[in-house]
Amino acid sequence: MEFLRKWVQVVAGFLMNGYMLFPWTRNIYQGPLKVVCAPGLNCYSCPAATTSCPIGSLQHLLGGIRMALASGQYYFGWYVLGSMGLLGGFFGRMICGWACPFGFFQELLHKIPSAKFAIPRGLRYLKFAVLLLFVILLPLLAVDEFGIGNPWFCKYICPAGTLEAGIPLLLLQPSLRETLGFLFFSKFVIMTAFMVWAVVANRPFCRVACPLGAFYALFSKVSIIRLRLDQHKCTNCNACHQVCPMGVKFNESPDDSECIACLACMNQACKFDAITLELCGLPLTGTRRKRLATATESAD
Amino acid sequence: MKEKSSPGLKKNAPVLQKSPLYMCLFFLALLLTGITIGEPGRVMEQAWQICLSCIGIG
Repeated sequence: MEFLRKWVQVVAGFLMNGYMLFPWTRNIYQGPLKVVCAPGLNCYSCPAATTSCPIGSLQHLLGGIRMALASGQYYFGWYVLGSMGLLGGFFGRMICGWACPFGFFQELLHKIPSAKFAIPRGLRYLKFAVLLLFVILLPLLAVDEFGIGNPWFCKYICPAGTLEAGIPLLLLQPSLRETLGFLFFSKFVIMTAFMVWAVVANRPFCRVACPLGAFYALFSKVSIIRLRLDQHKCTNCNACHQVCPMGVKFNESPDDSECIACLACMNQACKFDAITLELCGLPLTGTRRKRLATATESAD
Repeated sequence: MKEKSSPGLKKNAPVLQKSPLYMCLFFLALLLTGITIGEPGRVMEQAWQICLSCIGIG
């Protein structure tokens, strides 16, 4: 299953960044696919990006809400919120584990041999503050003399934007290098810090600062696809704690908002068939695992 | 004392949860509202331009 997940991550990353003509055009993709909101965090100013970043689009729509209303357009971000909510409602944070290019990049960084450290549990709440403050409130309320708000998260924080768009565009368009200033360097420091952190801890950006992850986390108890714990079968052996890349103690909090449904606990840890994948409350994996368990029992 | 049980229902039988479906329908309605008022065009306009300040340049 882990092999399948890696392949899904590669394919998803390629689908969201499949414009390979950029070295020749030296510009970003400007085709019709850009109307589609990417499921994961993927900067739409990346030269290879084929889709829009939902967080970037939402900030732009909220920042331009006064201008839109003044011109009789009711652009409140319905389309982007609808896209994000539909994906979140269906998959929840499974998207983070299976389809987010930046999450995949952090997983690759974490494979670099080094000492590994846990991330303090309390830091997980920071990403909700980032979502509320930098994606919603500041773009909406902190406006310039024309009534336009800035995309605060993209402008001041987003390490995916620096990595996927800032650096490649500087390489493709040398004239941009003259415009570099404190803003770029501060974002470069943030990106570097998260990259170094990702080597020693698993997915730090997803767990601490990702506003899209925070939005999807709101669906952890109600998404269509989710993991379920069978309390009757669970022996509290805590084997699921050891394999979880997000630090979730699944047997203690099966609806944990940090769970990215990578299925490591179900496939690599639980020997008691206590964890199943369910679709609207109906088990998706029970039959196969039951068969495997029966086969193991009869072999014993 | 015997435990009450509904006839025809197995104990711990999986039950179809409808609330996630209603929630998805709500967001589908939001999405369609956005499409109806022309928001995708605005999203595409933004996505076609390089947002320099967004990426920390300029």
